[in-house]
Amino acid sequence: MKLVLERFAHNALALLAVTTILFFMFRLMPGTPLAAFINENLNADQQQAMLQQFGLDKPLWQQYFIYLGNLLGGQMGLSFFQRRPVTDILLEVLPNSIILTLTSLIIAYVFGVLAGAWLAWKRGSWLERVAVPVVLATRAAPEFWIGMVLLAFLSFNLGWFPSGGASSPGLAYTSNWQRILSLDYVQHLALPVITLALYLQGLPLLLMRSNMLEVMHEEFVTMARMKGLSEWRIVIGHAARNALLPVVTAFALGVGLSMGGNVVIETVFSWPGIGRMLVQAVSVHDYPLAQGAFLMIALVLALMNFVADLLYMVLDPRVSHGRKS
Amino acid sequence: MAERAEPLPARRTWRLSPGVKRLLAMPLRDPFAFAGIVIYLAFALVALSADRLAPVDPMEILFTKAGKVAANMPPSAEFLLGTTNLGRDIYAQLVHGTRSALAVGLSAAVIVATVGTVVGLVSGYFGGWIDALLMRIADMALSLPFLPFVIVLTGFLGAETENIVAAVALLLWPNSARVIRSQVLSLRERAYVEAARVTGANQWRILFVHIAPNILPLSFVYAAIAIGWAIITEASVNFLGFGDPTSVSWGMMLQDAFSSQALSRGQYAWFVPPGLCIILVVVAGFFISRGYEEVFMPRLRGR
Repeated sequence: MKLVLERFAHNALALLAVTTILFFMFRLMPGTPLAAFINENLNADQQQAMLQQFGLDKPLWQQYFIYLGNLLGGQMGLSFFQRRPVTDILLEVLPNSIILTLTSLIIAYVFGVLAGAWLAWKRGSWLERVAVPVVLATRAAPEFWIGMVLLAFLSFNLGWFPSGGASSPGLAYTSNWQRILSLDYVQHLALPVITLALYLQGLPLLLMRSNMLEVMHEEFVTMARMKGLSEWRIVIGHAARNALLPVVTAFALGVGLSMGGNVVIETVFSWPGIGRMLVQAVSVHDYPLAQGAFLMIALVLALMNFVADLLYMVLDPRVSHGRKS
Repeated sequence: MAERAEPLPARRTWRLSPGVKRLLAMPLRDPFAFAGIVIYLAFALVALSADRLAPVDPMEILFTKAGKVAANMPPSAEFLLGTTNLGRDIYAQLVHGTRSALAVGLSAAVIVATVGTVVGLVSGYFGGWIDALLMRIADMALSLPFLPFVIVLTGFLGAETENIVAAVALLLWPNSARVIRSQVLSLRERAYVEAARVTGANQWRILFVHIAPNILPLSFVYAAIAIGWAIITEASVNFLGFGDPTSVSWGMMLQDAFSSQALSRGQYAWFVPPGLCIILVVVAGFFISRGYEEVFMPRLRGR
């Protein structure tokens, strides 16, 4: 329990550090945070009054604590261009990002784990010799390039998938859930998910393969062999279960990491998610929105790092015991 | 005179420590690493002789014999990979893009490996408050989301390539520093280090003469990985539109192709080759790091 709190404190501190860096980074950027509200019709006095109203006349360190306080209350300011609370805008697009990330990760990991275990079993065959470099190549390809090639071929050339967005224009839904569960949404989701899954499957596959190779030499596997269990039972029931531990941790980390990496995939497919929001906000210098989107991604990353730490402790008793002694 | 000096010069010139010697001999022992080195050398050669391989200016707008802009030409003997929608030679862009890719990759790799190695060495060897401080900074850098951070930084600071390299280096050094630190922790306790300490060797001498050569392979692993990461990141930043539009790079080509609808026109010759080049360079880095890991650190294999 102490260890859990320790890891939580560790990740929370890291997140606080990120928030701090971000606050000062954005504050040092050119332009005033009031750019969206100030126009030529306001005289100097009115501008001053406005600065006071927003607390911008206070010293920077006071502003920092006000900012932190607002963050804890879930407030991230107003977007310069959309003139709406940043929190509202982000919560609107967040589900799209989460659905995209989780669907692709689940597909990638199910495939990666099975294929990795199978390749370990086929150690030394020609298939393994071809498959490993091919998998490495998918990890080496820029995500957005995979997306571009698939988009050109499957969407523009063959017309199997829509070329971008999350829903066809002209369709109206009574609720957000109805929209997400519609066939149209799934059709739009398919190509980004395929792209992301193709990019992500390499890690679990290679991880699973090397873990399997390692585990297959351990004593408990030899023991299972000596008990006369079938090869299949040994692979699935004994070796795979233990080889799976690091993959599960990698999955949690993967959720956090790919939320950040989604930036490019969402742009290729015009997928209305948090990454694309960040790109748009940065390119029009909408500081509050960019800051908010970045923080949201950092928050998911920190949260998932914490989950990975927990999983590691729960799944592998050696970790918690090893550290106690 | 001749008698006295005879054995010495020969030994002096070859007094490479065993660690360094194995480092240089490794590519010959691992076929993957060898392939990686060959790929690097091939790209370096292309970069050096780019002007001869592709004499056409990659940004020049070309015209057909009839005097029209040679836009969207299919691949032919004259334009090996065709032309862009503005009539620029794609093959020339691809060849010249090698230069910026290698420049970005190598400079990021040098910074990452140097910073990571020095921080890892100092942190692991001296321990104490300096170790705690450096590792907290590393934790902080690792908790920044990678691509978003690079985008925000280049989006606001400007699209110069140096900014991209700096951002990549800022986020990648902690990985190498952490691993090198843990390696130093174990090397510090070895008998030969103890022996050096007993004979009164200076702390820094022990660190850089006795310990550092043994972790050099690790530095190389992370440098090789950083080359690929930097090139992919540069391409991604370019693709998102925060790149330097005047410099010719593979990322800029992909961005150009994407934004001018090359995808819907099916101009595969425009956007497939830059991606394949990126894959080749990155895979070469994987192969080299894999080779070093297999030879030097069998336990790290496959990660």
